[in-house]
Amino acid sequence: MTLVKETAQASKIASDKKSEMATRIRASFQQLLAFASLLALVLFFSVASENFYQASNLSNILLSTVVTGLLALGTTFVIITGGIDLSIGTGMTLASVMTAVFMTQLGMPMILGVLAGIAFGALMGGVNGFFVAVLKIPSFIATLAMMMVAAGLALVISGTKPIYTNEVEGFQKIFALGKSIPGLVIPNAVFILFAAAIIAGLILSKTVLGRYTYSIGSNEQATALSGVNVTKWTVLIYTLAGSFTGLAGVIATARLNSAQPAGGMGLELQAIAAVVIGGTSLQGGKGSIIGTVIGALIMSVLTNGLSIMSIPQEWQQVAVGVVILLAVYLDMMRRKKTAK
Amino acid sequence: MSNNLLRITGMNKSFPGVKALSDMQLTLGHNEVLALVGENGAGKSTLMKLLSGIYVPDSGTFEIDGEEVVINGTKHAQELGISIIHQEFNLMQDLTVAQNIYIGREPRVAGVFLSERRMNRKARFLFEKINIDLDPKARVGDLTVAKQQMVEIAKALSYKSRILIMDEPTAALNDAEVATLHELIRNFTNEKTGVIYISHRMDELKAISNRITVIRDGEYIDTVNTEETSMGEVINLMVGREISGNQRPETIPPTDEVVLKVSGLSTKDLLKDVSFELHKGEILGFAGLMGAGRTEVARAIVGADRLSAGTIELNGKPVTIGNPAVAANLGLGYLSEDRKHLGLMLERDVKDNIALSSLKMFSRMGVLDNRAMKATATEYIGKLRIKTPSSSQVAKNLSGGNQQKIVIAKWLVKDCDILIFDEPTRGIDVGAKEEIYALLNDLAAQGKSIIMISSELPEVLRLSHRIAVMSEGRLTGFLANADANQENIMELATNNHADAKSPAGAQR
Repeated sequence: MTLVKETAQASKIASDKKSEMATRIRASFQQLLAFASLLALVLFFSVASENFYQASNLSNILLSTVVTGLLALGTTFVIITGGIDLSIGTGMTLASVMTAVFMTQLGMPMILGVLAGIAFGALMGGVNGFFVAVLKIPSFIATLAMMMVAAGLALVISGTKPIYTNEVEGFQKIFALGKSIPGLVIPNAVFILFAAAIIAGLILSKTVLGRYTYSIGSNEQATALSGVNVTKWTVLIYTLAGSFTGLAGVIATARLNSAQPAGGMGLELQAIAAVVIGGTSLQGGKGSIIGTVIGALIMSVLTNGLSIMSIPQEWQQVAVGVVILLAVYLDMMRRKKTAK
Repeated sequence: MSNNLLRITGMNKSFPGVKALSDMQLTLGHNEVLALVGENGAGKSTLMKLLSGIYVPDSGTFEIDGEEVVINGTKHAQELGISIIHQEFNLMQDLTVAQNIYIGREPRVAGVFLSERRMNRKARFLFEKINIDLDPKARVGDLTVAKQQMVEIAKALSYKSRILIMDEPTAALNDAEVATLHELIRNFTNEKTGVIYISHRMDELKAISNRITVIRDGEYIDTVNTEETSMGEVINLMVGREISGNQRPETIPPTDEVVLKVSGLSTKDLLKDVSFELHKGEILGFAGLMGAGRTEVARAIVGADRLSAGTIELNGKPVTIGNPAVAANLGLGYLSEDRKHLGLMLERDVKDNIALSSLKMFSRMGVLDNRAMKATATEYIGKLRIKTPSSSQVAKNLSGGNQQKIVIAKWLVKDCDILIFDEPTRGIDVGAKEEIYALLNDLAAQGKSIIMISSELPEVLRLSHRIAVMSEGRLTGFLANADANQENIMELATNNHADAKSPAGAQR
């Protein structure tokens, strides 16, 4: 009797293990696919042009990933809840202007200015979250409005002129080549991106906020009925996303040594594209940070590689568009298969 | 009075323009399963929402174990030991079983970090205790409907609930799964707990409940002991009028003319060599357990799924049906079991829904003729007795029975001679069911041919001239109505092949 029970128990554990493995493999398949596409792209460009696989160029690629990558990290959270954030591009610009204002006109020391810049981004995110969760305005509309407001405010506050931050002590070092690690010519900003990605990944997979992000995106009503304060958490999620926008603004300012008030429009779509290529579903409920990082890298490798092959910019855009369609179509095919 | 687990008295609730509940009362004893029945719109769901803290009553009291309580919101209801399993599942498809069960109270480390391992272990303990077979790490979206139902129940039980309310828990379950569910309910009820069980399926009330409370139009009607009451009496209390019992009504026998001949129908996944003929004026019932392949036969015929083998003949002529649009143009209409998602545009009005399949008829050079649409809609509203204030009422505001009639009207306007009904009365209350039955009989009498897929055997027995029974993708037999009974249908439906895997979702 007991023997039978034990064997049954053992086989049950074994089958549990098996199904767990299957789940894990399936869950990481999209990332594997995205990662494989990234490698394939790198390989292709390395063969196609000898200038591609050079330390300085690889460093360039990483550098150009930083700002859209940071924006994509934050917006991954929003997209997993089933929302969308169109305000991150111009929001980044406004955060950049505000950072410069904090440091120059208000004379904040560098560290304080950086923190204030991030906090300003979080505030914008919180306002988005308020409109979406409390006033129930669809996220597309709420953040579209915020996108325009931020674009306008950036121009108003800066007086439509760049604000230079040369005088701020130590600020450029944020973006500068990482002298702290000898032998490596990777800019500090890239380390910041990867650190931010790791933090975002931990928040998404290991914290309560991350769990509710998936849960709200999967079934908001059910989450609410389970006793979760969906309004509060949605505001927090948008606030978190906004802090990444703020960080992107700080980094952009450090990179250019100035806040450029006219830019940013269009960056949100690049960030969203990176998120989608990384396998996050616009319907919500599904997605990962590692996917977003790979998605952002695919975008910059593609742009960089095509430039190096002297393909005109207008054709680069066509190529990026095709890649987005391809990535999403493959993802849908895969889901159809696993559903059957 | 303290020997009641739950007592509701003098409960009133109004919404703008509607009195949803008026002087409602209800008592639930310890160790009791109380069935709550009433037609759609009788006030059951309002009562449930009051109990779960979603609504606040205008007046009236709740007493738990004789103590008066005020329910402040959903969380408070859970703390009081009241758990509700809603008819439409409230599960996060993308999360795992354990994540769903412990959402909102997940085991944490340092307040913000999750401990997945502890959570899965807790879930496993829970499943062992209540004796259900679920994998805590399985993604809920990958589970069968029956298993998802188990997740809902496990979640409710994990709250240490004392009062468990189930709203049509078996609407999507097959008989074996219903038996498992009832087992669970019996294990759950003890001296400290009780269950309120809402269902439209009368045979189940007999099997599971101790007493039955009937409500109608927001008012309390009566409570009866299940054992001493016939289901006919309960139905009469519900609808407030006599309904012809369960006898099979006289129907006009079908003709010999074969309108649809299906031979050797097979699909890659499930169907194997399905062959049958449908006669003009016939209602052919399809019975079988969930997952037996009845819906798949319908989908294969109308071209929604690809055939791997088989031929279809319409009125003696072989046809190739590549997609449902082709089927519709050949006069073959499929009325999906999932009315809300696949049958109706809920946000559009009755007229638009009825005309949708036949817009060509109502347009000239692409411009729609609204007046003609309206006239046709009004005609069918009369013919099918659709209860709606006008043809411009939005579909989602109508009851389930009337929505089903709109779908039927749509296919009649399209002039379909063969109609395939998939679970035509799912989620429709008893009174409206009768009307749908009468309508199906009328249609057959007028020479339409009908395939009716249903999981409710009394319904199949009542309406069908012949009954085709399926098991695991095969047709295991045909029964003439006169020879058929629940027993021999179930025998054919469970006629498993030794090498085939067990039906989806069946519990060990």
